[in-house]
Parts: sequence; structure tokens; C-alpha cells
Amino acid sequence: MRYGDLLAVDNISFSARAGQVTAVLGPNGAGKTSTIEVCEGIRKASSGQVRVLGLDPVKDRRILAKKMGVMLQDGGIYPSARAIDVVRQYCGLYTSGRDKIVAPDELLDLVGLSERRLSPWRRLSGGEKQRLSLAMALAAQPQIIFLDEPTSGVDVNGRTTIRQIIRRLADQGATIILATHELDEAEKMCDRVVIFDKGKVLVEGGLDDVRRARRVVRLRTVRPLDLTDMPDNLAGWLIEDAPCDYSIEDAPQGLIAALAVWLSERGIDVIELRTGMASLEDTFKKLTGGAP
Amino acid sequence: MKTSVSPLRAQLRAELQILARNGEQLLLTLIIPVMLLVFFGMTDVLPTGFDDHMDFLTPGVIALAIMSSSMVSLGIATGFERSYKVLKRLGVTPLGRPRWLIAKVITILVVQFIQLGILIPVALLLDWQADDAQWLAAIGAVVTGSIAFAGLGLFIAGRLRAEVNLAAQNGLYLLLLLLGGMVIPFDKLPNPVAAVAKCLPSGALADVLREALVNGGDRPATSWLVLGIWALVTPVLTALTFRWE
Repeated sequence: MRYGDLLAVDNISFSARAGQVTAVLGPNGAGKTSTIEVCEGIRKASSGQVRVLGLDPVKDRRILAKKMGVMLQDGGIYPSARAIDVVRQYCGLYTSGRDKIVAPDELLDLVGLSERRLSPWRRLSGGEKQRLSLAMALAAQPQIIFLDEPTSGVDVNGRTTIRQIIRRLADQGATIILATHELDEAEKMCDRVVIFDKGKVLVEGGLDDVRRARRVVRLRTVRPLDLTDMPDNLAGWLIEDAPCDYSIEDAPQGLIAALAVWLSERGIDVIELRTGMASLEDTFKKLTGGAP
Repeated sequence: MKTSVSPLRAQLRAELQILARNGEQLLLTLIIPVMLLVFFGMTDVLPTGFDDHMDFLTPGVIALAIMSSSMVSLGIATGFERSYKVLKRLGVTPLGRPRWLIAKVITILVVQFIQLGILIPVALLLDWQADDAQWLAAIGAVVTGSIAFAGLGLFIAGRLRAEVNLAAQNGLYLLLLLLGGMVIPFDKLPNPVAAVAKCLPSGALADVLREALVNGGDRPATSWLVLGIWALVTPVLTALTFRWE
């Protein structure tokens, strides 16, 4: 995928499964939106093969459009259009013949916007705009749904609503692909993860597989440690994430026991010492070398 | 192939709702043409060169109204739809570009029906005599002019940023209003300006409408040719250059 001389997405490969939420993660400019837009048929890949529900997003656009729900990162709605009119329009766009597939009022109720049904888009809050955009995507009763930053600017209650809706869609068998930089949200929602950086896929797999690939020891102490005063077998392993807050990645066997002995000998009180999977954020930072 | 009218109906309703809520477009397409017709119709201050100044003014204001709905209103709305990513969002629905375009065309036709439904009775109230009007030729002129202006409006809207497009459409509207033989006759313009003005779609439309409605065209055959060329060229140009985002 190219923009002039810029190679935005380079030779990537990943898959998303029905009934699962797949999170596409990456820093700004990593190529997430470009990749999703290629899958939606908005952009054409300069080479390679893309299949969505077994269809070519460009050649089979008309067929795919009937089965696909899309939530853009922002916009997509005329500012003076009222919430109910927008949802009614989108329900109509997916209605064939005399069949009324989805009731607009039910959709607005589902996303918690019933009381704002007569408000024009420009008067909605950021979170309400996102929920209206989600309602437009749901009007398709989609088999696959692409969500670009679905919880961006949404308050706590709104996030819960959106998470529940996404989970329910996945449980009903839909394929959900969401691009986000909000890693905690992704961790709460997704089953699979694709991490992008600089237009390439760094890792792809189940959420737990990706996190389990990196085991992390967390250590919190009452007072700061002097990391220069450590024995050879511990030196260099502890990373100071914050004062009194340390982590050890991929610790070799015996290291935790040695650490415990050393702490005990020094009389350092430990608040927390635990081993476990790395968080998605830790994994992400490790892979991309920066913040989302 | 199975066809469905529901997406078209849904889009058409949305287009009309947005239009009805847009006060600026109503001002441009309805209020300004009616005000010009009433003001110049009642004052007779224009140097029209016609025995009855309404014979010059009525076709000219109808041409202005057609230009305002087909070019300016359509162009500004489409420019903002690009800017707000409305077109991008519609692009991933089953609507498709042909039905989007049909919805736009029907919306313009509805507006023009209302425009003519107001302007013609107002002109008649101002003592315009429509006895010699050839209505079929007039409708042909309106359709051809609409295609030419819509192509021009969409060409500009499809290339420029929304704010620049807004300024460009309004600037062009004013330019064509003054130079287009709608309210100021060509022979009152400086010669070089008049020569250019006669090649513009506004002047051509006003002239063929004058010929059709009051048998008073300046050079109707040439004007039909000019208008036809604009109606052929601008849609092709738009189709080749329009950027949906």
C-alpha cells in the first residue's frame, strides 16, 4: 500500500476469525487505518491478495458492502443531520425490497442514544458521535465489522456499552476487527492481536499467546533499591519502571529465588513480588519501542 | 440482476432532509432569485433593450436559479460531504455511486421544480406575458443547463478543499451572475468581456431560455452549441478528476 513514494503497508499477512474480536494495534502512522481501508475496499492494495469473507474487497465490493459494517475513525456524517435520520438512512441503505431489517429506534436504544434521537450530529458529544457511528455500522447486521478507534473520546459508561455490543456481535458469530491505540480497551475486548509498526506486522496471535510469550516478574518495594549494589547473578536483570517499582523480563530459572534471598539479606520490605504474563501494553512497548 | 429501490429512497430522503435544514442553500436557490425578480421586475432599472423588461428578466432569473441549484448548491454540499467523509462512509454501503448520483439529480430536480413553481407565477404576477413560450424547448434548456452546471459544480467540489470550494463556488456564482447575460445584457458589457461572457454556460443558458420563452434570443443556435459543449465536457471532466475523499 503506497501513498506516492511512501510505503505505508509493506508485505503484511494476518487473518481474523469469525466469532472473535481481532485488535489491530500500532503507534500512529503504523499502517493500521490503511490496512483496514484496504480490507474495506476504500483503498486498493498495490500488490498482494486480500480476502474478506472470501471476497475481493474491490472486485466484489457490491456483495461485500451488504455484509460489512464500518465505523470510521471520525466523521462520515453531515453535521446538521439528526441522529434518528442518520440511523434511518443507514437502515434504508441495507434494506432490500420491502423487508425492514433493523428498526432505527431499536438501534438508537441499543447504543444508548434514544434521548438524543432528535439532536443533530454536531450537538452530540465525542462519545455520542462514536456510538452513533457504531449504530450506523450495526444497521448492516454485518457478518464482519471494522471499527476504527471505537472507544476514542467515549466516557466510562459508553465504553462499557460499546464493549458489550462488540462482545455480543462476536458471540453471535460476527468477525470483528478493531483498530485502536487504547491498549487497555483492546485487552478487555479482543481475542486476537495483530501488532503493527512502520507498516509491518510485528506479531499476530491469540491475546494470551502474545502476552504469554513474554513472562514478566513484577517487584514493588517499600524503599528504592540500589541497582549498582547487586550480585553478578542479579545485575542487569532488574528494570526500574518507576521508583520502588521494578520488572524482570524472561527471567532464567533460579533468578527469582536469588532475588528473594538478596532482598531478605538486605532487610528490604517487599510490597509485591509476582510472576505472570506481560500486559498487552508491556508487550506492545517492547515490540514497538514506544508508546501507542 | 436484482435491483433494490430502498437504498435510493433512503439516500434521497436524507438528501432532501439535509437540504431543507440548510438555510444558506435555501437563500441561494430560492430567496435570492425571487428577490432579484421582484426588485428588478418592479423597478425597471435594467438597461435590457427589450420593450418589456420582464421578457429579458424572467429567462435571466430562471437561468440564475438553475445555476444556483445545479452548480453552487450542489457543489458546496458535495464539497462539504467530501470534507466530512460522508462520501467515504457511503462508499462502503450498498448504495453505490450510480444511486448516489441519481439521488443528487432527483434532489436538484425537486429544488428546480419548486424554483420554477415560484418564479414563473411571480413573473406572471409582475405582468410577464408567457403567450409565446415554447415550454418543451425551455425544459430542454433547463435540463441541458443543469447538466452543464452540475458538471462544473462537481468538478470544482471534487478537487478543492471544502472551504476553498465554498469560496470558489460563491465567487463563480457572482462572476457568472454579472457576466452571464442574466441580469445585465451582453451589449452593455465591454466588448472583450462580452465575447468571453457569450462562451460561458450562464450566458448561453439565459440566451436559449430567452429564445424559448419570449422568442428573444440573441444568437440561439450558437448558444445551444455552447451550452451543449459545456454539458458534454464538464461531466466527463468531473468523472475523470473527482476525488471522493
